[in-house]
Amino acid sequence: MTLVVNARQTLGEFVLDAGFTSDGGVTALFGPSGSGKTSLVRVIAGLSKPEHGRLVVDGETLLDTESRIFVPKHKRRFGYVFQESRLFPHLSVSQNLAYGRWFAPKTTAPDNFDRIVELLGIGLLLDRRPGKLSGGEKQRVAIGRALLSAPRLLLMDEPLAALDDQRKAEILPYLERLRDETTTPIVYVSHSVSEVARLADKVVIMKDGRVEAIGMPSEVLSMPSTDRRDAGAVLTGVVETIDIPHRLATIRLSQARIVVPNAHAEEGRSVRVHIPEREVMVATRRPEGLSALNILEGAIAAIEPDGEGMARIRIRCGGDTVLARITALSVERLDLKLEKRVFAVIKTVALER
Amino acid sequence: MDWLALSNEEWTAIRLSLKVSAVATIVSLPFGILVAYLLARGKFWGKSILNGIVHLPLILPPVVTGFLLLILFGRRGVIGAFLNEYLGIVLSFRWTGAALACGIMGFPLMVRSIRLSIEAVDRKLEEAAGTLGAGPAWVFMTVTLPLILPGVIAGMILAFAKAMGEFGATITFVSNIPGETQTLSAAIYTFTQVPGGDAGAMRLTLVAIAISFAALLASEFLAYLVGKRVHIE
Repeated sequence: MTLVVNARQTLGEFVLDAGFTSDGGVTALFGPSGSGKTSLVRVIAGLSKPEHGRLVVDGETLLDTESRIFVPKHKRRFGYVFQESRLFPHLSVSQNLAYGRWFAPKTTAPDNFDRIVELLGIGLLLDRRPGKLSGGEKQRVAIGRALLSAPRLLLMDEPLAALDDQRKAEILPYLERLRDETTTPIVYVSHSVSEVARLADKVVIMKDGRVEAIGMPSEVLSMPSTDRRDAGAVLTGVVETIDIPHRLATIRLSQARIVVPNAHAEEGRSVRVHIPEREVMVATRRPEGLSALNILEGAIAAIEPDGEGMARIRIRCGGDTVLARITALSVERLDLKLEKRVFAVIKTVALER
Repeated sequence: MDWLALSNEEWTAIRLSLKVSAVATIVSLPFGILVAYLLARGKFWGKSILNGIVHLPLILPPVVTGFLLLILFGRRGVIGAFLNEYLGIVLSFRWTGAALACGIMGFPLMVRSIRLSIEAVDRKLEEAAGTLGAGPAWVFMTVTLPLILPGVIAGMILAFAKAMGEFGATITFVSNIPGETQTLSAAIYTFTQVPGGDAGAMRLTLVAIAISFAALLASEFLAYLVGKRVHIE
């Protein structure tokens, strides 16, 4: 799958002028609210028509303002998951799920109803009305409905933004499974670093209607331009063991191991862990008598002072780099230097996903 | 209880009234939905003129509406002559003419009710249906129409009730011919004009009350059924 999109659109005071390409997988559009993420996704879906723009999917031009091509939304075959689930209130859950499937070309719609219902854990809801579902259940049904329309691209516009943290934690594992078990490429809009860190293969950072950076999550999410409070390292690992009584999961990174709260993890599953840099402490000796479960040994790879009294320390722990944000005063007091052996201390609680 | 027994003529008037009202309601329904949709969603020149014309029967004295119908749809009227010549349809002094008069008198009520419910439809749901592959016609049939059903039912009941009670426009346009255009209201009026007609007028009045009540209960029941199906959040 290849997706190429460019759009320029004036919406009152706001000007959207952005574009990106994707070769499949999960592409996250990331940025603060009002940065134009949703406007761009609406252009892709055909819900709005930009003044200038082009959209090509797998060589097929769906939008080209120069040659006056505009394929209407119902002919694009893109699934769209909205922030508010937008389930049809007059249909049952199973009728909602079947809605898009009915319009999908019969040749391209595989008989995957049961599999998607199982994947999203909505088997027990099929006979209910949307009005009787919780927010998290509604959103899972909405994702299933979009998937069952056999889309060639799935657009997800802040699908978790309207949910509380508990519901988010309930749905995120389903989204990870979706990414790993289906081949449908996804464009995922979010302003949450942790969601993007966990799900995206590629991140497009947007600001004021423009694209500011494009790259891998581990590269761009540690860039200073991201929201300072959430900036940090994104590490990939495999769930090694699960400690059910303590509700913890151990994740094996390149070499080091890290303990995180167990939010519906499965052994053997590949996961990403986002470690916010402000949650990481640096010690020059292995601390003892400390509640923090994660003490990673490493060497300082870089010290980047920001000129405002803070510094970002890059600590190489085996094959992974952990970021820590500490005061310049601490850098002096601990006499931190390049290649100095240090310990990164990370509270497990800070990794709650 | 002899005075309660309905005469043949009275039965005819009741049946005719029901037929005229039902036909008027059902035939005007597609037009009602179309006009309501145009007024709720359309952006076109002359929208307020269309709105005005639709509401005219509500504001004008019914006799004036009946007279206008006579001019337009009478045998020598502009539209009436055309219908007679090319389609062989005669409306003046026929029950079909009574249905036309009743339909037009009830039309603003029907359009108002449907229009309000169309305006209340969450357009985001229609957008979602579009992204799932439904074209505009399918979106209307599978999302918009089911969601406005309570408003459509209410509009139909209002139009039916208006048609049952319609008097002025009907009598002006198609007169008061027993068995052809003498509806319930016209029959009651006729009874009150002759000596000793009070008993007949009372019988038909009771029937009119019963029919109105039945229509009201039916609409409540339908609204309940639809409401049970649709849980608007």
